[in-house]
Amino acid sequence: MSLGALLLAGVLVIPVGAAAVLALLSSYRLGSRLNILASLSTFGVAAALFRVRPEPGLFLIVDDVNVVFIVLSTFVGLTTSIFSAGYIGHELEVGRLTPVTLRFYHAMYQALMAAMNLALVANNVALMWVAVEVATLTTVLMVGIYRTHAALEAAWKYFILGSVGIAFALFGTIVIYMAAQSALGEGLDAMAWTVLVSESARFDPALLNLAFVFLLLGYGTKVGLAPLHAWLPDAHAEGPTPISAVLSGLLLNVALFALLRFKMVMAGNPDSLAPGPVMATMGLGSLLFAALMLYRRYDIKRLFAYSSIEHMGIIVFAFGMGGPLANFAGLMHMTMHSLTKSAIFFTVGHVAHAKGTQRIEDIRGLTQSHPALGWGLLLGTFAIAGMPPMGMFMSEFLLVSTTIARQPLLAIPLVLGLLLAFGALLTQAMGMAFGEGKRGTAVVPTMLYLPEFAHFGLVLVAGVYIPPPVVAWFQHVAELLG
Amino acid sequence: MTAELQFDVAHLLAGSLVLVSFMLLYQARMYALLNLFALHAVVLSLSVAWQAYIQGAPHLYVTALIALGFKGVLIPVSLHRIVQQLHIHRAIEAVVGVGPTMLIGMGLVALSIGVVIPVTVETDSLAREDLAFALAVILLGLLMMVSRHNAVSQVIGFMSLENGLVLAATGAKGMPLVIEISVAFSVLIAFIVIGIFLFRIRERFDTVDLRALDDFRGERRLFRMGEGLDTVELPAVDDSRGERG
Repeated sequence: MSLGALLLAGVLVIPVGAAAVLALLSSYRLGSRLNILASLSTFGVAAALFRVRPEPGLFLIVDDVNVVFIVLSTFVGLTTSIFSAGYIGHELEVGRLTPVTLRFYHAMYQALMAAMNLALVANNVALMWVAVEVATLTTVLMVGIYRTHAALEAAWKYFILGSVGIAFALFGTIVIYMAAQSALGEGLDAMAWTVLVSESARFDPALLNLAFVFLLLGYGTKVGLAPLHAWLPDAHAEGPTPISAVLSGLLLNVALFALLRFKMVMAGNPDSLAPGPVMATMGLGSLLFAALMLYRRYDIKRLFAYSSIEHMGIIVFAFGMGGPLANFAGLMHMTMHSLTKSAIFFTVGHVAHAKGTQRIEDIRGLTQSHPALGWGLLLGTFAIAGMPPMGMFMSEFLLVSTTIARQPLLAIPLVLGLLLAFGALLTQAMGMAFGEGKRGTAVVPTMLYLPEFAHFGLVLVAGVYIPPPVVAWFQHVAELLG
Repeated sequence: MTAELQFDVAHLLAGSLVLVSFMLLYQARMYALLNLFALHAVVLSLSVAWQAYIQGAPHLYVTALIALGFKGVLIPVSLHRIVQQLHIHRAIEAVVGVGPTMLIGMGLVALSIGVVIPVTVETDSLAREDLAFALAVILLGLLMMVSRHNAVSQVIGFMSLENGLVLAATGAKGMPLVIEISVAFSVLIAFIVIGIFLFRIRERFDTVDLRALDDFRGERRLFRMGEGLDTVELPAVDDSRGERG
């Protein structure tokens, strides 16, 4: 077994093994530490994949495109596990979670990481589908973990909508296989994504179109594109905050990555429907819809959940536009959004603990009562709204300028959506950061500010200066995406 | 055996599956619904077994067996028990009346045939008919999920939808075994999840009617850490409408 194959196995086996051990471990303190340790080692192994790659197989593959996502995903997984250790301590104290549910929670967390990594490295499209389904099911269980009315309803809604989405995605996968099978013959080749991309010119375009419609609806539901987004705000608001961070920062990316793979298959066939315009339309629709929805939010987690829909819209629009520059902007936006949004959810988790509420109108005067939290929230909101010099500004600027150059008319709704979201987020965040505090301000005992400020730092650095090798890498991936 | 006969039997079985889907749609009683779902699974397993026979693909027999044993027997029996224990065997309320539902269902079948047949000209006729019927079963399952309030019937709708997926997967010639296992496996997991949900819902609500859940949706509730929601009063202003999105 080569080193590359060993590393690849590590990315999958470490979280699975950790999940099994964590399920048996009764001490939650030990559990949360082991959770961090497992996430750290997964991240280390994933980072090593940059250098050493295994031979691509029919089932698993590590290539230039997915290695970026694996590293990003394991990194956010690591910081979230650190945040989670502090978070659950508080939840246990106030009695919202019990040691037994925490055992379950930790095991599910690692299972989710394993499923997401598998979805990213899968070369077989059916295997990828299975991984996305498993990831969905684990998050459903975690969203319902508080077992309140609202949490159960959110989990049920998520489960039903997610299942319908995933069923459509499977139907699309079957049709893709049928399209490939008539050209490539029966067997595993017709399910391997690398083969599909290189041979797609020989497939029946009509079947490819049919497949893509279902794949777009299916994986689009998981990405949270309007009008398929209904599960997303509820799932984010009612689940534990670390899960909101992972959902927004990682799982949406994984679903989008699946969509991108099929977009590349479609792009290889000149006679099939061009996926770009469809994706751009859905992206713009989600952006505008979510930007408007941001104004009348009363729950802080719901607010940032809608902001995730908005950003997914921007990213899908960027990939829909296509071309090296727009793809570059899309990739960068995806990375920045993962880092920023998960950091915001870390902050929001602390805020909710400090103020004892998730209602925006009850959170006032944060900068006075909890300066670090207040300014952290403001910083995060600036970043997510796309203020210079943060990384999101860079990617949005790139996207807007390439849109103006290529499709000036499309730039109007794009800029409108960005401005609307900007206004909404800043108004809401200003209200929370300043003003007179209404309710009692509990002191948050052990706050681990490290993860969120590490993320914000990265986002800030990315906005000012990205090292040339990273730029070259992103450019290379953007070209591969077509 | 002639190719025509092979085609006809496959066609008959897939068509029957669509028919049973329609019967599921208008069924208003819980136990009858469960029995019909068992029938659905049996028809599916016959259809899959026939595909295994004509394609000469022995691994499909396994899929057929799983469909028969798991979805045809095990799940209906367990759901029977759940329904009994939870005392929810009364008539199921539908959101939409039977007439409109059936009309929509017919429209969906026409849609799936209209969509699939024209684009699959180059595929062999067996696969294309199967795919069209499979899509019809999937869409009917979806219709059932949206036209019912009750959690159990939504679950049945979802499983009939999965049956449609299995039909599609077996119709695609030589699809690797991975897919059959994964479909069966995911149904299994889905069922466990659903089971947990049903029990949790029972524990908290004393009902599996999803409208009871709907009452707690949105941001009307005041949410305080460390307090059970039961003790929290709702504010007088109702602005939840804008929140649903």
